Amino acid sequence: MTPDNTAPVVATSAAVSSPASGGEDRVSLPDAPLVVIEPSRYWVALDLRGLWSYRELLYFLTWRDVKVRYKQTLLGAAWAVIQPLFTMIIFSLLFGRLAGIKSDDIPYPMFAYAGLLPWTFFSNAVTASGNSLVGSSTLITKIYFPRIIIPAAAVAAGLVDFVLAFLVLIPLMFYYGVSVTPRLIFLPLMVLLITFLALAIGMWMSALNVKYRDIRYALPFVIQLWMFASPIIYPASMLRGKLKIVLTLNPLTGIIENFRSALVGREMKWSSLAISAAITFVLFVWSAYAFKRMERTFADLV
Amino acid sequence: MKPVIKVKGMGKQYRIGGQQVPYQTLRESVSNTVRAPLKRFRRNGNRTIWALRDIDFEVQAGEVVGIIGRNGAGKSTLLKILSRITEPTTGRVELYGRVGSLLEVGTGFHPELTGRENIFLNGAILGMKRAEIQQKFDEIVAFAEVERFIDTPVKRYSSGMFFRLAFAVAAHLEPEILVVDEVLAVGDAGFQRKCLDQMKEVSQHGRTVLFVSHNMPAISRLCPRTVLLNEGKLLEDGPSNQVISTYLQSGLGTTAERKWPNLAKAPGNHIARLVAVRVRTEENEISEAIDIRRPVGIEMEFQVLKPGHVLVPNHKFFNEEGVTVFVASDPDPVWRRQPRAAGRYVSTAWIPGNFLAEGSIIVEAALSTFEPEMIHFDERDAVAFQVVDSRDGDSARGDYAGPMPGVVRPILDWTTQFDSNQQGDSRPVL
Repeated sequence: MTPDNTAPVVATSAAVSSPASGGEDRVSLPDAPLVVIEPSRYWVALDLRGLWSYRELLYFLTWRDVKVRYKQTLLGAAWAVIQPLFTMIIFSLLFGRLAGIKSDDIPYPMFAYAGLLPWTFFSNAVTASGNSLVGSSTLITKIYFPRIIIPAAAVAAGLVDFVLAFLVLIPLMFYYGVSVTPRLIFLPLMVLLITFLALAIGMWMSALNVKYRDIRYALPFVIQLWMFASPIIYPASMLRGKLKIVLTLNPLTGIIENFRSALVGREMKWSSLAISAAITFVLFVWSAYAFKRMERTFADLV
Repeated sequence: MKPVIKVKGMGKQYRIGGQQVPYQTLRESVSNTVRAPLKRFRRNGNRTIWALRDIDFEVQAGEVVGIIGRNGAGKSTLLKILSRITEPTTGRVELYGRVGSLLEVGTGFHPELTGRENIFLNGAILGMKRAEIQQKFDEIVAFAEVERFIDTPVKRYSSGMFFRLAFAVAAHLEPEILVVDEVLAVGDAGFQRKCLDQMKEVSQHGRTVLFVSHNMPAISRLCPRTVLLNEGKLLEDGPSNQVISTYLQSGLGTTAERKWPNLAKAPGNHIARLVAVRVRTEENEISEAIDIRRPVGIEMEFQVLKPGHVLVPNHKFFNEEGVTVFVASDPDPVWRRQPRAAGRYVSTAWIPGNFLAEGSIIVEAALSTFEPEMIHFDERDAVAFQVVDSRDGDSARGDYAGPMPGVVRPILDWTTQFDSNQQGDSRPVL
């Protein structure tokens, strides 16, 4: 059935396939076992090499999530824009006009949208990845691959929406006469940080969700509260005292504030960014290990 | 030849009850800890079962090994461990090649995506590289015979088309070790043959295949060697014909009786619950092997908890290929109108002799109310039995010993008319 030059491929590390020899592609086997399956210990290696060999799967699962999300919807990808745009309009009316919240001398709609953009990505990514493992139970019980790819793909699919919603910023910036400054080069760094933060929270929640289905109900609620604890509606400069400390410990604060600063060319707030980056890093390493530790029981529990 | 799979002292323990309620809510977890704070630390030895225990075997490169055993013998657990889906509790497995597992065809297929998109998605899930899928794309489409529908969402496919496409992707996997679970149980006979040929082809390229099936003819055709599992232990390992005959003669193959001693956990609802299902001979014995010439009774025992409902016992009968042989429900006009009082009922459906074909019959047992439509329980693989022809010459076979296709095998009334005056036109008339 097979052309002779096909190397057997099922991704794991260390290729052992032999090229064609004569008429048939015989398989040559290594002397040391390629995979040893044993009950795992408490602390397990992350196996980054194994993960890397599955990068194409990450791409395909992301692509599936994006593709499926807008199939059979009337407005399609426009939904990615509608959500932050309409929230921005409502926030501008409620908080900008009625409550008159000061927005660090940035026009309030601009201020709100620049905060809502990373926030919408974050909340959608965390929700989607938090529910992703439970929603992929058939995959988990039938096929082996590094499970981390499932919540990671859910976050990556959110990035596509983020890019679409980002396009709305351009006319908005023109309208409010916001000029681009060299600080814009920090923007990708903020996107990278918030992606890692979303992945850290998302994979931890997705693993807990396998065991405790409470997560499904708790998560939307917690995320809603989280928004009010982040400088989206209001600037961080508005808070004083203890509230200010709480806000600083929220890793989203530094990311969203600096996302906004990079976008509209304000002073970068390096200290709050450093705190956010450090918390994100710790959270990420913690979740990765927590996930890895729970991973081996997924197939039995889900 | 060198071993490609080495399994040493491997075992897998599951928690009982974990099967029915695999996940808990946080509240349950907390309240359990409060109620029995020490229980978490106690060894819960009697609350666990060994799905597999002390399994040792080696498979040489290029071997095709069948794995048989009744439901719950540990076959699927073994495959899941070998394909790294779940971890063993004890022991060690060494794999000297990459494993492609085919535990279910069509895993990861998305109904909204087209055939073309699903080939790429499913290929990636099964571990193929994109370049490799691209290279084999035409071959896969041709194998599945879905050229015309390749850009149609698979939700519009017939189940046959869907299965063919799913199998075609999987069949073009080329790992050194291929692990296959019962995927041939579906699909029409022609396509099944194609799949078996494909697997044979795979093994001829020096690859190793592990094949779990209930389909004994397929096992004996494909696999020179077979491993028999029973209750988590390796019972026999040897030439397929020998192992298969051990399996069939020992009655391990089927369960002729199934009981649910704990009514609260039995299939059912607040109206009625299933107590037991049994396969009985005319002599009222519970038996796994049924003579093809004799009637067989399917006995269903159930408890009515809440009176006042019209309840109709019914069964579905499948053969080992998964084909529905027939369905039956109790047509008794009295019971069809009369609501049942609470209590224990035993109803038996008798299937006449000389009706079913040889082979396994799997029985689904259900209890329904038709108006308003309600299903109280529906146990899919309740019991199973083997229809055996002892070949005495008085079954529908007569003295013919070859293969006989068909899902039923009745003895028909044959009549013959003979006219010695008509010798045919070719003969010259004198």
